This record gives sequence, C-alpha cells and structure tokens, in this order.
Amino acid sequence: MNFNATLIGQMITFGLLVLFTMKYVWPPIIQAMQDRQKRIADGLASAERGVHEQELAQAKAAQMLKEAKQQAADIVAQANKRANEIIEQSKLDARTEGSRQLAAAQAEIEQEINRAREQLRGQVVNLAVAGAGKILKREVDEAANAAMLDDLVAQL
Amino acid sequence: MSESGHSATGYIVHHLTNLKIGEGFWAVHIDTLFFSASLGALFLWLFMKAAKSATSDVPGPLQNFCEIMVDFVDTQVKDSFHGRNPVIAPLALTIFVWVFLWNAMDLVPVDLLPSIASLFGIHYLRTVPSTDLNSTFGMSISVLLLVYYYSIKVKGPVHFTMEVLTHPFGKWLMPFNLLLRIVEDLAKPISLGLRLFGNLYAGELIFILIALLPWWIQFTLGWPWAVFHILVITLQAFIFMVLTIVYLSMAHEDH
Repeated sequence: MNFNATLIGQMITFGLLVLFTMKYVWPPIIQAMQDRQKRIADGLASAERGVHEQELAQAKAAQMLKEAKQQAADIVAQANKRANEIIEQSKLDARTEGSRQLAAAQAEIEQEINRAREQLRGQVVNLAVAGAGKILKREVDEAANAAMLDDLVAQL
Repeated sequence: MSESGHSATGYIVHHLTNLKIGEGFWAVHIDTLFFSASLGALFLWLFMKAAKSATSDVPGPLQNFCEIMVDFVDTQVKDSFHGRNPVIAPLALTIFVWVFLWNAMDLVPVDLLPSIASLFGIHYLRTVPSTDLNSTFGMSISVLLLVYYYSIKVKGPVHFTMEVLTHPFGKWLMPFNLLLRIVEDLAKPISLGLRLFGNLYAGELIFILIALLPWWIQFTLGWPWAVFHILVITLQAFIFMVLTIVYLSMAHEDH
C-alpha cells in the first residue's frame, strides 16, 4: 500500500479526461443521436401519412372508375338508341322514296301508253284512209271527209 | 514464463513493483501514469474522432460503436439520476471506458510489455493501472470531491450542514449523526477504490502465478481465467460507473 504523488497525477488526468469528454465528446454524439431519433420519428409519421393519402387516392380512383363506367354505359345506350332511330328513319325514308319512285314510274308508263295510243290512232286513221282509198279506188277529198274522219278518230 | 535463476517469489515481487521515481510521498509511478494517460488518450482520440464527424445520417462503424457506449451510459444515468446535470453523464462515460481500458491491460500477457521494456533498460513495469491503489483512489477521491461539491451546490451550505448534523437521528444526537456521516462518506471512496483494486490485483496475481507454470500447461488455466476476466473487467468498470452515478444522484437529493 504505497500511496504517493501518483494519486494526484491520476486525479489531474481524470479531471482533464472528464473535462474533454464533457466538452468535445458527449454533446456532438448525443446531439447526432437525438437528431436521428427525430428524423426517424418524422419519417415514420410521414410514412403513416403517405399510407393514409394512398388510401384516400385509391378510394377516389375507384369512385372515378365507377363514374367512368357509368358514363360509358350511358353513352353506349344512347348510341344504340340513336342507331335504332336512324335505322327506323332510313327504313321510313326508303319506303317513302320507293313509293314515290313507283308512282313516278307508273305515271311515266301511263304517259307512254297514252302517247303510243295517240300514235296508234294516227296510224290507224292513215291506214283506214289508205284502206278506204284502195277499196273505193277513187280520189277521196280528204278535206271534205276530214270532219267525218276526226269523228272516227275520236271514236277509236 | 518461469525463468531459471529467478525464484518464484522474486518473479512475483518483480512483477508487482512499480517503475518509480523519487522516494516517500512525492514518489511517482511512471508506469501507472504513462499507461493510464495513454489509455485515456486512446479513449479521447477514439471518441473525439467519432464526435467530430458525428452525423444524424447513417452512422459509420466507429460512430455506431461510440453511440452504443453513449446510449448505454445515458440509459444508466437516466435510470438512477432524475435531475439535470451536464457533468454526470460524460463523467460516467469517462469512468466506464477509462476503467475498462485500464482493466483490459490485464489481458495483455503478463510478461510481454515488461520484456519489451527491459530491452530498453526499464526493469520494472506494471502495465495495469487499476492494480495501483493510486489510480483507483485517485478516481474514487475525485468522485467524493464531486459528491461534496454538488451536495453543497444543490442544497446550499446551510442546508447541507443541517443535513450532516441532524440525519438520521434528529438534532439531539448531533455527534452520532456527524460520526455516522463521516463513516458513510469515508466508506464511499474506500469501497469504490478497494473493490476495483482488489479485483484487478487478484486477477493479475493469478495471471502471474499461471505464468510460473511450465509453458505447455499454462493455457489450461490461463485461457479460462482470461475468458472469466473478460467478464470481470467489464463488470468492475460498470460497477464503478453505476456507483458513481448513484453517489452523485444521492448528492442531489434530500436524505
């Protein structure tokens, strides 16, 4: 058991070590640790927030999808309806046009018949006149018999 | 290693003699001062390096290690001390690491450093500072001085004197109170210093005794003792630190 001045030397060394630790070692390390703790806490909080926001966004997206589907269905239904309408309209138009053209054709045919009949009448008259001329073998005064012939034509 | 020509007693005594300059009280143990200061410098160098580049980003290995130590000490301090004192935690860290490094010198083979030193003409060398009473008491007395400093600072001189004189038996048994207080306060540094010294001195002595065995059998005892000592050196550093915290927190509270 030999106590001596080493004791004082050791106390001085100890004091210096504590002083340096207090001033230069402890504060920066504990500060860094606290900062990191705070950053981790912040990070966790924002992750939590992110998850929440993502849930919201998902719900919103689902809502929008539903609306879009509804809209699409509406549009398809409308288009179908419109198509049917157009088809009906076309059918109606076609029918009208058809009957109109039919009527026009019939009118034309009627006209053609009339015209042919007129021509035939003329020719029949000429034929009758020629026939009669040949039968009578004499000059028939066309002018004198014109009235009688017109009467004949009208009777045909 | 048992050297022929030296008696076992001579070998042991040689290993337990400090490298000393001067005589009487003013003598100094150069080896104790050198090794404890070097280990202190190692501690400061390591931790200041970590502190200088301390970042709240991902820490490197060194910072990680230092943070583990700091966190460990901080937890201990927070567990037993509830006031605010900027000194206690760094003090506890210094004590823990420094005492641990002192004790860790015990795991260096007992003949290694003295043999190297003898090549340079140094014939006495004790490498474990905690086997020198001057080291352990230097620290425990410093702790006692801090306990007194904070007792008086926190409670005020008057309150402190009242506490010394009237606890625990009331004011009518003042001399007994004073006597009890003196015994109590003497017991603190003596138990602190002697516990550390005793454990490490005994440990070192066992290592020296093991070193006296033939070289081929030494490991059978040396290895288990060294493994066991890993526990001892950590535990003793831890005990010294925790008791320091407890004493200082007692200084802050009323009895």
